[in-house]
Amino acid sequence: MLRYVGGRLLLLLITLWLISTMTFVLMHSIPGDPFTSEKKLPEQTLKALKAKYNLDKPLPQQYLLYIKNLATGDLGISIKTPNRTVNEMLEDGFPVSARLGLQAIVIASLAGIVMGMIAAVRQNRPADMILMFIAVLGISIPSFVLGPLLQKYFGLKWELFPLAQWGDGFWGEFKFTVLPSIALAFTPLALVTRLMRSSMLDVLGNDYIRTAQAKGLPPLRVLTRHTLRNAIIPVVTIMGPLVVGILTGSFVIEKIFSIPGIGKYFVESISTRDFSVIMGVTIFYSGLLILMNFFVDLVYGLIDPRIKLGEKEAG
Amino acid sequence: MKRKGLTKWVSMLAILSMLVLAGCGGASDADKGNGKLAEEQVLNVGRVPSEPPSLDPLKATDNVSGLILRHVMEGLTRMGEDGKPKPAVAEKWDINEDATKITFHLRKDAKWSNGDPVKAEDFEYAWKRVLNPDNAADYAYQLFYLKNGEKYHAGKAKVEEVGVKAVDDQTLEVELEKPTPYFVSLTSFYTLMPVNKSTVEKNKKWAAEAKTYVSNGPFTLKTWKHDQKIELAKSKHYWDAKSVKLDQINLPFIADDKTGYQQFKAGKIDETNMIPTDLTKTSLDKGEAETTPEAAHYYYKFNVDKKPFNNKKIRKAFALAIDRKLIVEQVVQGGQQPATGFVPWQMPDLAQNKEWVKTREDYLQPTAEPEKAKKLLEEGMKEEGWDQLPEVTIDYNTDEGHKKIAEAIQQMWKKHLGVDVKLRNSEWKVYLDKTRSGDFQVARYGWLPDYLDPMTFMDMYVTGGGNNDINFSNKKYDQLIKEAKSTGDQKKRMEAMHRAEDLLMDEMPIAPIYFYTKIHMQQDYVKGVKRLPDSSVSYIHAYVTEK
Repeated sequence: MLRYVGGRLLLLLITLWLISTMTFVLMHSIPGDPFTSEKKLPEQTLKALKAKYNLDKPLPQQYLLYIKNLATGDLGISIKTPNRTVNEMLEDGFPVSARLGLQAIVIASLAGIVMGMIAAVRQNRPADMILMFIAVLGISIPSFVLGPLLQKYFGLKWELFPLAQWGDGFWGEFKFTVLPSIALAFTPLALVTRLMRSSMLDVLGNDYIRTAQAKGLPPLRVLTRHTLRNAIIPVVTIMGPLVVGILTGSFVIEKIFSIPGIGKYFVESISTRDFSVIMGVTIFYSGLLILMNFFVDLVYGLIDPRIKLGEKEAG
Repeated sequence: MKRKGLTKWVSMLAILSMLVLAGCGGASDADKGNGKLAEEQVLNVGRVPSEPPSLDPLKATDNVSGLILRHVMEGLTRMGEDGKPKPAVAEKWDINEDATKITFHLRKDAKWSNGDPVKAEDFEYAWKRVLNPDNAADYAYQLFYLKNGEKYHAGKAKVEEVGVKAVDDQTLEVELEKPTPYFVSLTSFYTLMPVNKSTVEKNKKWAAEAKTYVSNGPFTLKTWKHDQKIELAKSKHYWDAKSVKLDQINLPFIADDKTGYQQFKAGKIDETNMIPTDLTKTSLDKGEAETTPEAAHYYYKFNVDKKPFNNKKIRKAFALAIDRKLIVEQVVQGGQQPATGFVPWQMPDLAQNKEWVKTREDYLQPTAEPEKAKKLLEEGMKEEGWDQLPEVTIDYNTDEGHKKIAEAIQQMWKKHLGVDVKLRNSEWKVYLDKTRSGDFQVARYGWLPDYLDPMTFMDMYVTGGGNNDINFSNKKYDQLIKEAKSTGDQKKRMEAMHRAEDLLMDEMPIAPIYFYTKIHMQQDYVKGVKRLPDSSVSYIHAYVTEK
């Protein structure tokens, strides 16, 4: 097990290195740099700016410099917001995005699993129809429609929650996070519900379920002990990437609700060619994604003893 | 219990209103009839979409940083509502005859937020800091007017040779490279604002946080929660603090126009420019939003190196076939003005003391002139010996607004000239790269002024000019601009620039489309907000009346 974990961690580092190298190459091959703007800057100013951010050096040298800094955990200064380092931006923004994301995940997974189970047990009955209708809505309503809608009714009309912005302290923030969390949870909720339903239907058709029912186990026990545990595996599989996707923030939701998370950097850094931010968020995101997938693999073993990690000969 | 609470509340209100009334006794005439001053002088402004990139005058280059800097800092002068520079830190100034030497006399009571007096030395230090090549300031060119400024920035002159010198605490002597009568108004621009020398020398990151930020303006930086909000508080050290009524300005960062608009409707925001494009027309029609003219020009530029726009008559034909009025009224719909010349509205003719557009003849009609255009196209093609016009493509950067305009112009050229043109869009930086390298035939462009003088437009198309990517070159034009730049005599300058515009509009390397507007919404209880000719907004003398 320890060897397995060690191997995976090494693989993680290699993958990260490959990703950062590719991002670096791609980033420098698109036209334009951070300093191109509608008004052309004088040559001398451009030269000074490029020298300041090491952009005047040959690309291989820039790459080595970057990797060297990266190894010490220094992601550099944001070129477009020169007051702040990329590390500071991630440190400030990630907890915000992550909090919103965690709340959304709790809503999406808990409600999704329960809704999926109900839908499966009540297959083709009204309850199933209603739940599947909600799931279809969740997948087809884009967040840029849902966000403003929630704002309009819950924020403006009924004044239940503040419209946008961010508070202070854990509880101070809470009321600001309700609407965006719901908006953020809607699509994954629908995904989980549908996945859970189909997976449950698969499991419910198995012989061992019939056996369990036949030997007279109470229905609820059959459901939780025999069905749920088997049916949840596919849901856990998508949880890894889903969690990362949600934790690192959503550009659209954060924009609509004016949330100081990191979602916007993924989009804005590219359009402003803020090289250090592009690199920083890419590496951060991919590192988190790889880690999450790793955890998901570990969780498999806990849920299903048949899945044993790193023991090929046993498989 | 409830009743008791209410009585207490009523009596408090009574006392407060008495206080307010008493306060009103000394109010100036402007306040009369505008309702009573609200007890809480706090203004919520919805104009900041995201974190300002930098509040160091050295590094700021954008509108948001500019808006905040104009409130927390103060330059030698401040722009007045008439577009002319008004005394700020400088009480008065003397200019020599050919506008190459200016002496600023600073007021004695100007103070930094830490209580230090504002000295001439702070300006000298700040300006040299901007020019220092090691500091890599984007806007260093705003100080190239100083003698040896450009040379120092390029590493070809010593710092002592730069033409700015603090003679004593209250006297700043400025020597200019060339006659620049508009230099005095440039001193209101944020790049030329002072910095507190001892603060900057002690702490390199002084401008990154509110608590280390030292400023000299009517407001101080009270709070800066990164990526969330900025709050400005009235400065008790400001020399003219008695004319500032607001105690606080809140600037929450609102990324989405729709959210800003809803916040305004919900009364959480008092003044904003966040009006979603699809609501612009309805908001204007309903009267809830208003526009003000902006001295900026949206136009199409023809690459004179590329066929068919190497031919003057063909350029003219394409320009005449655009129905500007239709674009303004049916496409952009934000109160813009059809452009009938190059220099936009709001720009002054400083010799006649009138708006520039009122001192010139219209070079074009607001509507299309199909017959004239068609004739010019035929003549042009004959001159070049073409039976068929080379294929034409319009370039624009990916954006819904630019796309709509391009499509309208595509139709107009089809209708009035019988020419089929293609459209091509690219992402912003790719687009800039492409137009810079001359890889286009006709492309959209928008030019916002650096300062309020027609020169900010006119010197763009001199041979080899930094932003002249259409490669327009005309000896007579160059000569006229040179003439205007070599004198401090406004009459001669303006005259030369008028002739240069005549020439440019005859050669037509650009097709004027419209002059910009700025849009805003403001709650009825907000008074005294000033929208200045350089399209900046000032809340310095704003106040809130009772709702």
